[in-house]
This record gives sequence, structure tokens and C-alpha cells, in this order.
Amino acid sequence: MTTTQNAANAAEELVFTRPASLADRATHYCPGCHHGIAHRLVAELLDEMDLAGRTVAASSIGCSVFLYNYIKVDTVESPHGRAPAVATGIKRARPECFCFTYQGDGDLASIGMAEIMHAANRGERLSVVFVNNTVYGMTGGQMAPTTLIGQKTTTCPGGRCHDREGSPIRMAEIISQLGGTAFCARASLDSVKNIRQAKKYMRQAFEAQTRGLGFGFVELLSGCPTNWRLSPVAANKRITEEMIPYFPLGVFKELAGDGTCGSTVAPDTAAGTAAGTAAGAAGEGK
Amino acid sequence: MAGAKDLIFVKGNEAIAMGALDAGCRCFFGYPITPQNDIPEYMSKAIIDAGGEFVQAESEVAAANMLLGAGACGVRAMTSSSSPGMSLKQEAISYMAGSEIPAVIVNMNRGGPGLGDIGPSQGDYFQSTRGGGHGDYRLLVLAPSSAQEAYDMTHKAFDLAFAYRSPVLILGDAIIGQMKEPIRRRELTLAAPDEGAAWRLEGTKADLPAGAPPRAHRIIKSLYLMDGELAGQNKMLQAKYEQWKKLVEFETFEVKDADLVVVAYGSIGRIAKNAVRALRKKGKKVGLFRPKTLYPFPEKALARLAKEGKKFLTIEHNLGQMVEDVRLSVRHHADSDLFCVYPGNMPSPDDFEAPILRALGRK
Amino acid sequence: MSRISVTEERCKGCLLCTTVCPVEIIQVSERINQQGYKVAEVPAEAMDKCTGCASCATICPDMAIEVWRSKKSKKAA
Repeated sequence: MTTTQNAANAAEELVFTRPASLADRATHYCPGCHHGIAHRLVAELLDEMDLAGRTVAASSIGCSVFLYNYIKVDTVESPHGRAPAVATGIKRARPECFCFTYQGDGDLASIGMAEIMHAANRGERLSVVFVNNTVYGMTGGQMAPTTLIGQKTTTCPGGRCHDREGSPIRMAEIISQLGGTAFCARASLDSVKNIRQAKKYMRQAFEAQTRGLGFGFVELLSGCPTNWRLSPVAANKRITEEMIPYFPLGVFKELAGDGTCGSTVAPDTAAGTAAGTAAGAAGEGK
Repeated sequence: MAGAKDLIFVKGNEAIAMGALDAGCRCFFGYPITPQNDIPEYMSKAIIDAGGEFVQAESEVAAANMLLGAGACGVRAMTSSSSPGMSLKQEAISYMAGSEIPAVIVNMNRGGPGLGDIGPSQGDYFQSTRGGGHGDYRLLVLAPSSAQEAYDMTHKAFDLAFAYRSPVLILGDAIIGQMKEPIRRRELTLAAPDEGAAWRLEGTKADLPAGAPPRAHRIIKSLYLMDGELAGQNKMLQAKYEQWKKLVEFETFEVKDADLVVVAYGSIGRIAKNAVRALRKKGKKVGLFRPKTLYPFPEKALARLAKEGKKFLTIEHNLGQMVEDVRLSVRHHADSDLFCVYPGNMPSPDDFEAPILRALGRK
Repeated sequence: MSRISVTEERCKGCLLCTTVCPVEIIQVSERINQQGYKVAEVPAEAMDKCTGCASCATICPDMAIEVWRSKKSKKAA
């Protein structure tokens, strides 16, 4: 924290400012878009955990394609959905580096489904930040795999229909079932309390990598006011009232340092996730 | 274990894996497909023993993107596949060319289109020499015709990939890959520690003393949205491809006094050489021109031969692809006949004698 | 006493900050920045109510808010 003097008052402390790893520039994001918050949380953690100087990131395709303009770490651009494969190559080539991907729902849960599943299953020492705003943002608001039933988009103008388009995919639940996953959680960026919780989960996902436990995954429920055709304030309300009931928040899998399942809080799934995790735990320090 | 100078008896696929290892390849990303499986199988143990990394990817798409990630870190890395798998790798290859990431890619060409067969073919000539994926780009394409050449070319491919920051393609086929021949390995040469130090991704504080301020962060990308930016990038790539022209390599056999020059590459070039040899014994003035680099294509050397008044016959294991490059090369003075071996058939030197004589006799 | 400062050129007028202030002192101003957004502000007379909780800065997607908190004097403690 920086300390500054204010002439008029007694000593005061700057308690909230830009993290060093976040570039001092305006973003291209729309008003109320949550990418700015997610970027800041990533940058704060890279600084607080002293990782920025040894980080190589794999950016993705979507609105966050310009991640490298905002987070000041070495970054390679990945083809659509392939960031977990690119990151696998990075981590295998430079195991001493910290590596994360930052992906949206179209990128990760649609075209990149195979790459994310297998990177998690192999227990790659990667951390994945998954921004789920239920829509393709960059291309103009088309239906995503996480689009809610009834939600109108430019490619399901009548609202997503379960019989035609299937149901929204719950990625955190899926990733939690894979052997190499060491930490998996879902948070939301709709409120101050949830944002602070999101940062805690992201720290745990980063630590899953730095401690060599395995794959770390955090899903962030996020707003896209522009493509939802809502004001930023109304978009946040939608997350609270419509998204969180379908995409429950919480930790879905957490390996303890000894490789056993420390906790498997699965808010929406009765079945425990302990089974099948031993294999993922065994790979530490390979 | 055989020493570096000893002759060893290996498949062409194994020779490729050995060439990569001896050139300091540290990461291999593979996916099973016939007829190249010996490469990932050999690598799965040998590269680990050498202190490297092996990943059997979930798909060719993923394997090529892993290669992209490792290459962006400045580490010598390779993937291998065969025709249907190569189609899937084109996405990452285009990105690697666009963002100037060095990598070595092996295609042991099999018959197509579609699933085709698992036998030899040269049906991927266009895909290999025209880039293969979307956008304006080229790969350096090396075409071995023996196991020794497969070893040597793979070894050299890593130096070329890093010298020019580009993916380099080894284009073999099922004949080269599956045939066992004696080869001689070289001493192990590891990548120089500072290879790619000016651009590779390794963190902004890598190799800096503790407490030193980080360097500016590096971005490896192929997205250029600002007005004119992409034009500049394409111009730079084009200038690089111009530089490659000096890398052109080819073999000539009995061309000096030949009236007809047979142009063929890879395994077909070798079979054609035997046909030429047999016809020479019968007093026929024929020779062989075998491109070893398919891109850059040895157009000047062929043009010189055309100027001398020679006739040309292109023989390919496809329906006529390289013949277009031959015709472009000789167009001011000559044309080229074409003899196609259809993928699915295995040719022998005898099969080439009649078409060579036909072309020789043509006015 | 605590306070916030809004970098008005970074503010996109999303007004999420106005929804989370526990003392409800952040409001939309009449000023329009170069990007064309009506920016958020805390009226000068209301600033002394600021608790320095940083909720507004936490939810701001654009790093447009910095937060100062008065230092607790060790002597007074």
C-alpha cells in the first residue's frame, strides 16, 4: 500500500488503488461489464502472491482477447477455445513459470470443451479464470452454452428453448468431477461480498498450481449489460435473481495439501465428489 | 547402445524422432494416427529419458496448440501426424505462422481425401506448400527421401525454425516412415541457452537479479486490428519468405546431358531415380531433379534447365499438384508432362519407364 | 476521516458504485466526460460521511475510484 499525505487532514492512507500489474489505461469494455473487475482481481493476486514476474498467460478469444493490453505479464494469444492446450505447452516447456488462462463461456464451454476437460483431467498445473456471462459478447450477443432457458439472444430470439438448444452447461460442476482438478469453485461478481469471495477462490485456484496440487478452476458469474439489453444496475440484479439460482456459488472440489479431498462442498449436487480424485492427487512433482 | 558414429537400423519414423532428440527437442505433443505412430511411441520414452516432456494430447487440434504454447516460450518442440490429423493442426499452424512461433511439424502423408487409406501418398503437397490454414503464410517444407535424410532434415528443421521464427514442416509419407534403413546419428546438440532470448515468454523478471524492476511484458499475437497494422505484419512475413529463397535445396542426377528431366520428390523421387538409372543403362538421355525443399521451391534451378532446352516430366503420388510449380518454374521455355501415381497404388521403378520414354519421345 | 476520489475520465457512468455505498453518498453528476458518460461523484458536503469501506472501488469495473482512509494515530490508541 502506498501512503500519501493530505495537506488538509492528518495522515491518511491510500487503501484502494490500481495493482502494479494492471496497466494504467482505460479498457475497451462496455459500461458495467465485469471483465474490468475480473482483470483487477487477477492483477491483485499476481502482485500479492508475487507471481507477476514469472507469469506466462494464455489469452483467449472473445471480449477479453485484449487481456494483454491490461495485465502486464508475458502473454501468448491462443486460438478460440485452445487456451488450456496452449497453457499446457507453456507449463510443460517452462514448469517454473506461473501460467493462467482467462476464458469466456463461448471460448471455454463451447469450442474449447475438449481442451478444458483434458487439461483438467491431466491435472495440468494451470489456473483457469472462467468468465461466464451467458452470452457471446465480442460477436454481438449470440447464444452461448451457458445461456439460460428463456434468455433471448441474437441467435435464439425467441428465448433459449430446452428442447431445441439444450440446457445451460454448469462448468464448475463438470470440472469438479475430473481427476486432475485440485480446486474448483464458482463465484459471482454481482456484489461487493461476492467479489471478495471470488478473490478468495481465485487465490485458492492459483495456490493449487503454486503448491503443485493440480488444476485450479474458478467460474465467475458476470454481467454483460450491453448484450443483455439491461442497464448495468439491472444486469447485476439479473445475476443475483436469475443466474445464481441456476449456477450455485461455492467450492465444488478442494484437494488438501496431502492430496486428499479436503472439502467437497457441492451446493447443488447431492453426490459427493471425493470419488475419482486420488488419481489427480498422485501427480504432484512429476 | 549405439554410439553417435555407428550405423543403426531404424524406421524413417524413428529416424525423425532421433533427429529431433539430437537437435535438443524438449517437448513433444502427439496424437495417434497411422502411419506415424512410431514417432510418438518412441518419443513417449526417449524424450522423458532426455529430461523433456511428452504429452499425448486429446486431439491433433490440442497437440498443435500445445506446440504453439511451448514454442512461444522459446523451447524446441515438435508434433507429428498424418494427413487427416494435419487438417486439424492447420488452425494452430496458421496462428504460429502469424505470430512467428518456431516449431517443427511432421506430416507422414497418407492417402486422401477424407479418411483415404493408410498407405503412402503425396496428396498433401498443396496443403503443405501453400500454408495449409487460413491467411497468407508459408511454411518451410523439407521433403526427405530416405531415413538418413529424414533424420538430418528434422535435425536441421529446429535450427531453421528458430532462425526464422516460423513453423517448419517435414513432409514424408508412409514409405519413408515405415521403411527400415541404416542411419548414422550425430552428437547431441542442445539449443543455445539464449536461443529466442529477445522474444520468448518466460516472465518479466526471468534472469533478472532479485529486486530489479521487471522488463516490459511481451505479447505474442497474430491479431492486428488497427488501420494498416495487419498490412505491415503481412509485409514483414512476406519479406521473411523472400529470405528463404536462399535456403532452396535439391538433388540432380544425370541431368547434364539429359534431354528429359524427371521432377519428383520424397519417396517417389527415389523410385524415379532407379527408373532413370535403368533407362541410362539402355542409353536413354534422361535425368532426375529432386526438390528437397518444397517451399521454397527450386524454381530458378528448373528455369535454368528449361533454358537449356530440356523437356520435363513431373511424377507425383497424387493427381497432379507439384506439377503446377514445375510448370510455373519452366514456363518461359518449356512445359512439363505429368505422370500420376494414384494414392492407393504402390509404384515400382518399372512403372515409370514407359511414361518417361513417352515424354522423352514427345516433340 | 476517509474519502474517495473518482478519476472522471475513466468513469463509464455504470453507477454500480451508487448501489453499494453504505452511507449512500455517491450519485450521478451532471458532468459529462470526454467519452460521453455522466460520471459518478460524491458531493463535497457529503464526503465526511465516507467510511472508507472501499465497496464502491471494489465493484467499479474501471479502476476509476481510489479510496483513502484516515490513519489511526498510534498515540491516540
